[in-house]
Amino acid sequence: MELTGAQILMKVLQEEGVDTIFGYPGGAVIDLYDELSRTTDINHILVRHEQGAVHAADGYARASGKTGVCLVTSGPGATNTVTGIASAYSDSIPIVVITGQVPSKLIGNDAFQEVDIVGITRPCTKHNYLVKDVKDLAYIIKEAFYIASSGRPGPVLIDIPKDLTVAKAKYEVPDKIELKSYNPTYKPNVKQLQKVVELIEKAKKPVIFAGGGIILSKASDQLTKLAKKMSIPVAGSLMGLGGFPGTDLLWLGMLGMHGTYRANMAVSEADLLIAVGVRFDDRVTGKLDEFAANATIVQIDIDPTSIHKNIPVSVPVVGDAKISLGILNELLEKQDFTDIDRQRKPWLDKIDHWKKSTPLAYDQSDIIKPQFVVEQLYSVTNGEAIITTEVGQNQMWAAQYYHLSKPNHWITSGGLGVMGFGLPAAIGAQVACPDKTVVDIAGDGSIQMNIQELATAVQYGLPVKIVILNNRFLGMVRQWQELFYDKRYSCTKMEHAPDFIKLAEAYGAVGFRTEKPSEVRDVLKKGLSIHRTVIMEFIVDREESVYPMVPAGAPITQMLLV
Amino acid sequence: MTEKRHIFSILVDNKPGVLSGIVGLFSGRGYNIESLCVAETNEPDVSRITMVSIGDKPVIEQIKKQLYKLINVIKVNDLTETEYVQRELVLIKVTAKQDQRAEILRIVDIFRGKIVDVGFEHYTIEVTGPVEKLAAILKMLKPMGIKDVARTGNIALPRNQ
Repeated sequence: MELTGAQILMKVLQEEGVDTIFGYPGGAVIDLYDELSRTTDINHILVRHEQGAVHAADGYARASGKTGVCLVTSGPGATNTVTGIASAYSDSIPIVVITGQVPSKLIGNDAFQEVDIVGITRPCTKHNYLVKDVKDLAYIIKEAFYIASSGRPGPVLIDIPKDLTVAKAKYEVPDKIELKSYNPTYKPNVKQLQKVVELIEKAKKPVIFAGGGIILSKASDQLTKLAKKMSIPVAGSLMGLGGFPGTDLLWLGMLGMHGTYRANMAVSEADLLIAVGVRFDDRVTGKLDEFAANATIVQIDIDPTSIHKNIPVSVPVVGDAKISLGILNELLEKQDFTDIDRQRKPWLDKIDHWKKSTPLAYDQSDIIKPQFVVEQLYSVTNGEAIITTEVGQNQMWAAQYYHLSKPNHWITSGGLGVMGFGLPAAIGAQVACPDKTVVDIAGDGSIQMNIQELATAVQYGLPVKIVILNNRFLGMVRQWQELFYDKRYSCTKMEHAPDFIKLAEAYGAVGFRTEKPSEVRDVLKKGLSIHRTVIMEFIVDREESVYPMVPAGAPITQMLLV
Repeated sequence: MTEKRHIFSILVDNKPGVLSGIVGLFSGRGYNIESLCVAETNEPDVSRITMVSIGDKPVIEQIKKQLYKLINVIKVNDLTETEYVQRELVLIKVTAKQDQRAEILRIVDIFRGKIVDVGFEHYTIEVTGPVEKLAAILKMLKPMGIKDVARTGNIALPRNQ
């Protein structure tokens, strides 16, 4: 039996187990939407801007561990997805973005709502397709899901011309996708891991540096087992938070520009650094030639391009984090390490000393401190909420003071740093996990970048919670201007903002505000207890800065402290 | 670190957009392209791209890995790591006045070139060879007055396999 392109799309989506699409209709996809209305087991979440659809799919993917899906129209619908796609590409998040395209015959004629979205997104997708024949459609969609979710995951875009959505073809899909030019290496070279075992045996000051790869490959248990068995302290990248229990004694906190004192010091003094699922971003390394200068560096990553890119590595291991750490644990199992606690004591004592001498800190005052809000949120939610963030100071305070303990509970635009990410991402996460508390930690600047998605949250009854740390500044840029530009606050004052309480109400959500530290906890408790979309606005100290801070380009031991 | 010239022989799926992906990778990451040559192989669904690039060791290593990361790239060979043969074809339109004609023909003969077009005041010469040979004939013809040059860029294959 022959099916239309639209029917083929829905059928493959169902076979791929897709239960939710985030999207926005338009002329080029009207036949796809028509078919969607007849498809029973796929929910559609109508966002208010296509950028929101991609961030929501991203949030959904991270919270659920599945591939997120977006559906948008041609032209502006497609171009509006670009920021979201670039963010997912930076953070290696599996999403499939389906864009409508003008009819095949019009392609190249500058037709209404035509853009070359395949050309535009080529550098920020893992792969993309312009479908030219309806016969290829089923295969391409299946291949897209396979590529998005395998190896180092990433966004894949499929551009479907309008005429193909009504053209007919026989429904044929292979059971399994095999590509001669794409075979990710999951199983590592065991000889390389044997070298790691020897290095661990010899090391006096080992540190594990865990990144987003831990979350993506679901390697938290293996990581925790390795760290505990060998008493190795663990530092995280921003993307790796939640991959190791944030309350564990071996946890060092985040590494890098706004990392903890003990994490930055430990990595700088380590004689062995085992990096897993990281790419040594410049915000992590600071000055390259002084980064982990005393350490033999082991790097485990599924993407060969991540190895030797920024940092020379002594023992490269190409492979999946979970499989590699699993094998490493097996190899270590055969060794005798009864004496390990005594061996590690001087190193762990030193780290403990750093922790006690220079903890994360801020000065209390009678004005609300943003860090205090995050600490209270952590306490009120028992550290169990799914946290999304916007970008800037709010993101760093959330990373520092919400001590995540579980994977898939931390959803932030790490690589690209997209303001306006947190609210749509929270919507996606809430759709994936309807019974969990989902909180977007936001600033007054970035929340306004995708504030329209409040309507989406309210329409679908999603009880997303938004904590706005309002300092009436673009805080992170202001902080740089304070520290490095003699306090010339060029264009960072947000003197006018909407009344967020009234705004929440106008959208059909609930709003609370406080200026008093004594009310912070009550507002959080009250806001979190309401099963509706809620904004909680905290008027915070205007010129509070994120510390520690490593100035750009400086070695990470050179931290500005409170 | 010292920069070296490398010849990459890249097998790719013969599909639209694949070349654009490779060229975009080079421009986006700031790698050099000295020459680029693309055509089908004996398998019609596979194309061979021969690309000459310059870079130090870490850059060349990244280029190779980044190329592999593209979904439609099947195989990347850095020929400079092996024994290989390389050829390039050049068309040279050179001023050929009466008193220069004999000398030009002698030069073309020495380089085993061919005259492929002739006019009252010019010859167009076809020469094939490795880069050094082409540089040599261009040097010899320069005093005659070169009007135009078209080169194919390098193509290459490993010697044994």
